[in-house]
Amino acid sequence: MPHTTPTTPVQPQADSVGIVKPKLIRFDEPLTLACGRTLDNFELMVETYGTLNSNKSNAVLICHALSGNQHAAGFYEGDDKPGWWDAYIGPGKAIDTNHLYVVALNNLGGCDGSTGPTSINPEDGQPWGSRFPPLRVRDWVHNQARLADYLGIARWAAVVGGSLGGMQAMRWALEYPDRLRHCVVIASAMKLTAQNIAFNQTARQAIMADPNYQSGEYLRHNTLPESGLGVARMIGHITYLSDDGMGEKFGRQLRSGTFAQGTDEPVEFQIESYLRYQGRKFAKAFDANTYILMTRALDYFDLAREYNNNPVEAFKKAQCDFAVMAFDSDWRFAPERSHEIATALLHANKNVFYARIESPYGHDAFLVPDQPRYEALFSSYMQKVANACA
Amino acid sequence: MRLDQKIIENWVQPNAHILDLGCGDGSLLEHLKKTKHINGYGLEISEAGILGCVKRGINVIEQNLDDGLKNFADQSFDTVIMSQVLQTMHYPDKVLAEMMRVGREAIVTFPNFGHWRARWHLAIGGKMPVSDLLPFEWYNTPNIHFCTLKDFEVLCKQLNYTIIDRQVAAERAPGKWLHPLRPNLFGETAIYRIRGY
Repeated sequence: MPHTTPTTPVQPQADSVGIVKPKLIRFDEPLTLACGRTLDNFELMVETYGTLNSNKSNAVLICHALSGNQHAAGFYEGDDKPGWWDAYIGPGKAIDTNHLYVVALNNLGGCDGSTGPTSINPEDGQPWGSRFPPLRVRDWVHNQARLADYLGIARWAAVVGGSLGGMQAMRWALEYPDRLRHCVVIASAMKLTAQNIAFNQTARQAIMADPNYQSGEYLRHNTLPESGLGVARMIGHITYLSDDGMGEKFGRQLRSGTFAQGTDEPVEFQIESYLRYQGRKFAKAFDANTYILMTRALDYFDLAREYNNNPVEAFKKAQCDFAVMAFDSDWRFAPERSHEIATALLHANKNVFYARIESPYGHDAFLVPDQPRYEALFSSYMQKVANACA
Repeated sequence: MRLDQKIIENWVQPNAHILDLGCGDGSLLEHLKKTKHINGYGLEISEAGILGCVKRGINVIEQNLDDGLKNFADQSFDTVIMSQVLQTMHYPDKVLAEMMRVGREAIVTFPNFGHWRARWHLAIGGKMPVSDLLPFEWYNTPNIHFCTLKDFEVLCKQLNYTIIDRQVAAERAPGKWLHPLRPNLFGETAIYRIRGY
């Protein structure tokens, strides 16, 4: 018997889905996008957790937000950091993989393996770069439906998403009303406010102002607009945290230097170094064109635009039940936006619950573990979803 | 099932569209769903109440009633219910006006402060009433606007609301037998069905 050495530094916990591996799935039927252009084929990077039941009724789709990907839970071999929503997906967790079959993907246009700006354009053999077609939220929903077809899932038990992911979940309810039973929308909105679009535009400008951006063709020139993307991430990051949360974590603590009189030593606050670190880390792992593409999809999203700008009329099309949650310190996707969603659903006569959850974590709260009220509501709702699958 | 909820059930039309203000854990809406097949929504601010609704599968929206019902359209519900919550409102008259605006009729229940025990407490004991129904001290009670049957009827008259039905519930002796004679003295809970015109 050959001797094997364990390669994983972490021992997955009992409530973890454990070691996972993404799978690349190729779709050969052409996909016409909202912009009018067509992709002849595309690939999606996908992870699944749990077991699909025999009548394929227990599948839950996880839609990711701006910088998310297919790695929502568990660990990659040799990695000590779990997927981005590991706190809420796993055995016994809110999205309980003992009962539910969870599907997470990297959206089209992403940079974690699915077809996107870093992929090769088959027409010229070069990376797509900024010439990758612009995408709308509905494009993602349509190719997620292709993925459902591929997996043999006629109807999702639930489509779940936070932020931009919540927009996808809502769009699902309108585009494929008979293909989901529950829609879970967390820290989201029916459309962005002007302030929100302004933040996204400032982030895009930071990227485009980086000389290494090269009009979006940096991959062809073997450069990366790391400083621009880093600043974009810093802007975003500030808006995802709350003033109080940031104050509590960093305050005015200094990382180096002193304010003592008679010294001219440069002073650096902890928050400065933290943000720079976050920016740098993100810029190495993420693609600038994807960032631009995703923020534009966010800006363009307007749930009720084609329904006479009437959200009630829009939601009348839906057939599923809705769970809507928001966090009181989230000023990027304020609870008022979620309350509007809930009110529109009520007037459309849909089943809905809406909770405004106290949290110091701002917009990021939907990702943060150990929030008892959020966990209790999320778990209780998903338990009902799971019970209905049996 | 509380006695006042039984009476509410009798006043609710089958398949009605119902808004329950301060719906608690959703047990009233759940009951009305079963017995009257209503289509109901609750508003609540208590964490335990909202979680109870989610577990029961009852529609609930976290919303503070003191902020009004401005997100609801005029006459969008058949019946708006407020059970044992009116006395906790900052402006009960404004809340009633909102109920009349969004509903075709309203059912309101509240503890009757004219009940003889409450009068006894204050008149003889010289202290604010504390009982098993109202188990709070004056300084920590959420019940900040008590009224009697008479008070409520005076307000309805001032606001030009029509009282369609009135019932009084009393679960304990001697009120149980005596409330038909002197409702404002022996009724523990007042239950009104009112209309805004």
